Amino acid sequence: MNHLTEEQLILHYYGETGEAGEAVDSLATEQHLETCSECRGVYGSLQRVLNVVDSLPMPERGPEYGTQVWKRIEHRLPARRRGWFTLPSAWRWVAASAACAALMAAAFFAGRTYPGAPARGQIAAVDKQAGERVLLVAVGDYLERSQMVLIELANANPTAHLDITNEQERAGDLVTETRLYRQTAEHTGDTQIASVLDELERVLVDITHAPSNINPQQLQDLRQRLEADGILFKIRVLGSNVRNQEVPAAKTAGQTL
Amino acid sequence: MECTDLEFVTRARAGDTDAYRVLVERHSRSLFRLAFRMTANQQDAEDVVQESLLRAYKQLAKFDERASFGTWLYRIAVNCSLDLVRSRKRRNEHMAPEDSEMEDPVLSLPSQAPTPDRMAMSGEVRERVADAMKELSASERTAFVLRHFEGMCIEDVSRVLGCQPGAAKHSVFRAVQKLRRALEPLVSTAR
Repeated sequence: MNHLTEEQLILHYYGETGEAGEAVDSLATEQHLETCSECRGVYGSLQRVLNVVDSLPMPERGPEYGTQVWKRIEHRLPARRRGWFTLPSAWRWVAASAACAALMAAAFFAGRTYPGAPARGQIAAVDKQAGERVLLVAVGDYLERSQMVLIELANANPTAHLDITNEQERAGDLVTETRLYRQTAEHTGDTQIASVLDELERVLVDITHAPSNINPQQLQDLRQRLEADGILFKIRVLGSNVRNQEVPAAKTAGQTL
Repeated sequence: MECTDLEFVTRARAGDTDAYRVLVERHSRSLFRLAFRMTANQQDAEDVVQESLLRAYKQLAKFDERASFGTWLYRIAVNCSLDLVRSRKRRNEHMAPEDSEMEDPVLSLPSQAPTPDRMAMSGEVRERVADAMKELSASERTAFVLRHFEGMCIEDVSRVLGCQPGAAKHSVFRAVQKLRRALEPLVSTAR
């Protein structure tokens, strides 16, 4: 008769069943233990060890503990932005239209600043320079935040496991922005900027969906990908051009006012 | 009828902080138990509870409504605990195996031949168990805590760990095997 493995005994202790094909049957294990003194001895030892582990003390918290915790964290909760799907339907369309209009303009200006982007004809617009400045600041800020997330991951300690929950949260926020900027860039025909944003979006989505706790190998894979795509460099160039445009835009806007 | 976690999550997402308060009140005690098992220190466990609930609030939008809120929260708490344990390791801080309020009166009793019951309660045994637990890897410790102390099934353990059930099961196996090798001499002498 084959003896039970340690794994089978552990599964039996916890009342778990084995995987398909493992043929761990609780009743069969029980019967085997009744007839096999060797396995019974091993199982007894396992039980005693786990009983000793149970003797570790556990400080209890009373029913009021939850209220105490709430008092400690209440003032530290960030203000929650109103969720998109909590808006009434009509307001969603209003918000969507406004966002699209703003993003169309933002992508237009970002496209103008990207190297090699085709020169655009003059566009007549009221307060054009002031609007341009605001949008450039917004685009610059967005690019900087994207860059920071990628730099933090690229420079993390490569020898240890890493919790990237925080970076994932920020990447998740940036994905939506990136998608909207990219779609707008595509719509306005800025293929180069659309291509950079497409790459950035894919990287951010992958970061968002990665395990929160990544091992050194996964981190190394991510780094290699960032290096291979040259995405950091592209964002840096784009961001730098946007920042360079911010100063003249501010000066022009100041002169206009 | 009492509202489900999901209903409170939906309200909290819409900005209702009172709804989140209910979730905090419901889950704080179990989070503390988990955090204490993971960190073996009361103050650290308190920090983990607070940090986990703050992180969860910030990430509410990411919560998948098909999942269990408790399991999701456990996953965040496990990550917070591991972060804390890792940072403490980096600082080479000494981890006290027990808190002062957990002082064991049995230790002060003179006895040359402890019975198994006395042994099980003694500070020495507790220290050996704590040492053995510290020897477990992060995934082994997490899987073991969730399966053994929290009574989660392997399927749920794998959800918290974010891995396949087979991998979670093997983490439990390895943890129990390591504990058994470390503690078996102790229980044999106590028999």
